[in-house]
Amino acid sequence: MKGAFGRKAKGNILKGLIYFCAGFTVLLLVAILGYIFVRGIPHITWELLSTSPSHIRDTIGILPNILNTLYIILLTLLIALPLGVGAAVYLNEYATNRKFARTIEFATETLSGIPSIIYGLVGMLVFVKVLGFGSSLLSGSLTLVIMILPTIIRTTQESLKTVPASYREGALGLGATKWYMIRTIVLPSSISGIVTGCILAVGRIVGESAALLFTAGSATIIADNILEAYTRGGGTLSVALYMYASERAEFDVAFAIASILLIMVFILNAAAKLAGKFLDKEKQG
Amino acid sequence: MNNTIIKSSDLHLYYGETEALKGINMEIAQNEITALIGPSGCGKSTFLKTLNRMNDLVPSVRITGEVTLKGKDIFAKDVDVTQLRRQVGMVFQKPNPFPKSIYDNVAYGPRLHGEHSKAQLDELVEKSLRGAALWDEVKDRLKKSAIGLSGGQQQRLCIARALAVQPDVLLMDEPTSALDPGSTLKIEDLMADLKKDYTVVIVTHNMQQASRISDKTAFFLLGQLIEYGTTKQIFGNPKEKQTEDYITGRFG
Amino acid sequence: MKVKNIIERVMNTVFFVCGIISIAAVLMITVYMIIAGIPAIREVGLIDFLFGTVWASTAAEPKFGILPFIMTSVWGTLGAIIIGVPIGLMTAVFLSKIAPPKLAGIVRPAVELLAGIPSVVYGLVGMMVLVPGIMNLFNLKSGSCLLAAILVLAIMILPSIISVSETALNAVPREYEEASLGLGATWIETIFKVSIPAAKSGIVTGVVLGVGRAIGEAMAVMMVAGNVANMPGLFTSVRFLTTAIASEMSYAADGSLQRNALFSIGLVLFIFIMIINGLLGLVLKKGEEK
Repeated sequence: MKGAFGRKAKGNILKGLIYFCAGFTVLLLVAILGYIFVRGIPHITWELLSTSPSHIRDTIGILPNILNTLYIILLTLLIALPLGVGAAVYLNEYATNRKFARTIEFATETLSGIPSIIYGLVGMLVFVKVLGFGSSLLSGSLTLVIMILPTIIRTTQESLKTVPASYREGALGLGATKWYMIRTIVLPSSISGIVTGCILAVGRIVGESAALLFTAGSATIIADNILEAYTRGGGTLSVALYMYASERAEFDVAFAIASILLIMVFILNAAAKLAGKFLDKEKQG
Repeated sequence: MNNTIIKSSDLHLYYGETEALKGINMEIAQNEITALIGPSGCGKSTFLKTLNRMNDLVPSVRITGEVTLKGKDIFAKDVDVTQLRRQVGMVFQKPNPFPKSIYDNVAYGPRLHGEHSKAQLDELVEKSLRGAALWDEVKDRLKKSAIGLSGGQQQRLCIARALAVQPDVLLMDEPTSALDPGSTLKIEDLMADLKKDYTVVIVTHNMQQASRISDKTAFFLLGQLIEYGTTKQIFGNPKEKQTEDYITGRFG
Repeated sequence: MKVKNIIERVMNTVFFVCGIISIAAVLMITVYMIIAGIPAIREVGLIDFLFGTVWASTAAEPKFGILPFIMTSVWGTLGAIIIGVPIGLMTAVFLSKIAPPKLAGIVRPAVELLAGIPSVVYGLVGMMVLVPGIMNLFNLKSGSCLLAAILVLAIMILPSIISVSETALNAVPREYEEASLGLGATWIETIFKVSIPAAKSGIVTGVVLGVGRAIGEAMAVMMVAGNVANMPGLFTSVRFLTTAIASEMSYAADGSLQRNALFSIGLVLFIFIMIINGLLGLVLKKGEEK
């Protein structure tokens, strides 16, 4: 029985430590959310949301940043979604050479490990300079396309893997061509994974700043129409948050933007969960 | 029986609403091999796991009645479960060595219970491996991973691991069901040796095995102990119709 | 029939092109980082560039030594790991082995939300809470320092460490744990002596991912680390590899040595990340072999 007491004490200490760490993680989140909301929400006003910043009237509005964020999400998804889903389909349905598929997967993993500041540098070199798009929403979107590609590929691929082989055999056995089979059976069955991937990608786009700073800039001018917007530079909400906090010391605005970003994160997280649940149910039903 | 080591009196066990054991009364004798037989889901494994309270791990379990080990109630509040499990060791259906070296597997229990002297551990490891008839096969590769052993060797390693904490009772839950015939024979031989020092309770699906190795046999059906007696009597001259039906292979 | 075949062919090619885009992107990034990163290194000299301790890009006689940034990134990442890994691992243990389902149902979404918070928001909180806090606690002139950056990074890497470790712990075979319990180990002893060692390779993967995230983070660090090119000290204002690029890029003149040197820092960072990726691949491979 030697040391039985010590054993018990040690166990209790470790147990305490585990509870402490888990509690710390949760409290940390609560503290960050609480702090941001308390300091930010009072400053979310209609004027802030619906105007551009004006030097003459000395007011700050984040409408241009909201629009820029939406524009970038739109274009980025428009390009990345077909590419990413296509890549996943290729890996799962077409690739016959194991080694080649492994190389693609390795490249995808590598992409997801590259930090956003590197994307910013390469985007600046390739899209802004070499291709001559200048510092614009277009350059920013193209940069983000590469960045979020791994997210979309991975989630789509995971969901393609769950489509039973019998579905495919059934379709092919009826004389369907491969593309017809993919279009009518495989893709519809994996819609929940694709939607989840999109939502996660939107989350990354909304939160991104380093990759956009050098490719899309931080301007706050509203373009006359959506096409013109893409030829112009503009800051998203995250970039604006950085600018207002670090360069201009406008902390009320920074906290207001932070609150908006957190609310968006909330909604996106919930949406990703719901999408998974709802769409999967549909598949089973 | 004057050499009883485990005694179960009116033991009921419930998983949520389902009653898995319906009043088991049974005495298990020291230094004997007791076999528990019966069709799947009859409660024999549940009963076995109750003896060292491994059932505690299932959240919705509820137990009434009494089980005593050497006259002491194992469900009493002051019983330290870890001490109980040290006294009543267990070998599982699937060999489950840790992904560590052979030596570390066997030394796991003693270290846990506070033995850290290298010399003592070396001695215990050798003794336990010898006890499990594995020493000669592994003495040159004690530091190698246990995962590299064959299935039968792994199971004997698990027996050695259980022996190393010097238990009084060894519970075996279908220890040979995942093994080939050769390995099974080795383990059966080993059990015959083990009963000199230990009390063995074994759950088995294999009727021949039960008749070959055990001294007593208990037949379970639907959570009840139907018949319990010497192995000779149960297999030679069963009193109950259900027992006879089962051992002659009419169901199960 | 013919049209069908043509469509089939076309789609084949389309999917193939999509498939190789990842490879093309990696190649493009690698090539451009090298092309853009080499000139300044050649002009300054590799040794002077990597091991020079003075960075004065805009001085009359400019100096381009990035050792301060390298050391800051190394120490900053190490510090974040030392703080973040134990907390993350213990939280993962809680989620995987200890928490009743209801409680885990609260903690797990919290971790997911932490993962979703944009880095500028972490930067903002760090700037407004940690920096003044450190200043007052240690009686400093300014709280913008390596310590503040380490704390922010430690928090930012928590979610990846937690989720990867939890997955690894969940995958530990139940039989290992039963065997340990059967030998008279308590649940806590079993977790620390069997479950965690068995989940080792998964946990290491989480740590390496955390390292990658910490070393690559720019904006949050920029907002709390003070941004002066000093050699690292816990309470000194410092620049990381990432923030060295970000803080000067907006005003460095096109084609100047200063701008080229920033790309060279990018190349160094890129090499660091590639080494970490390689390590990750090794760990994963080793894990699979087991």
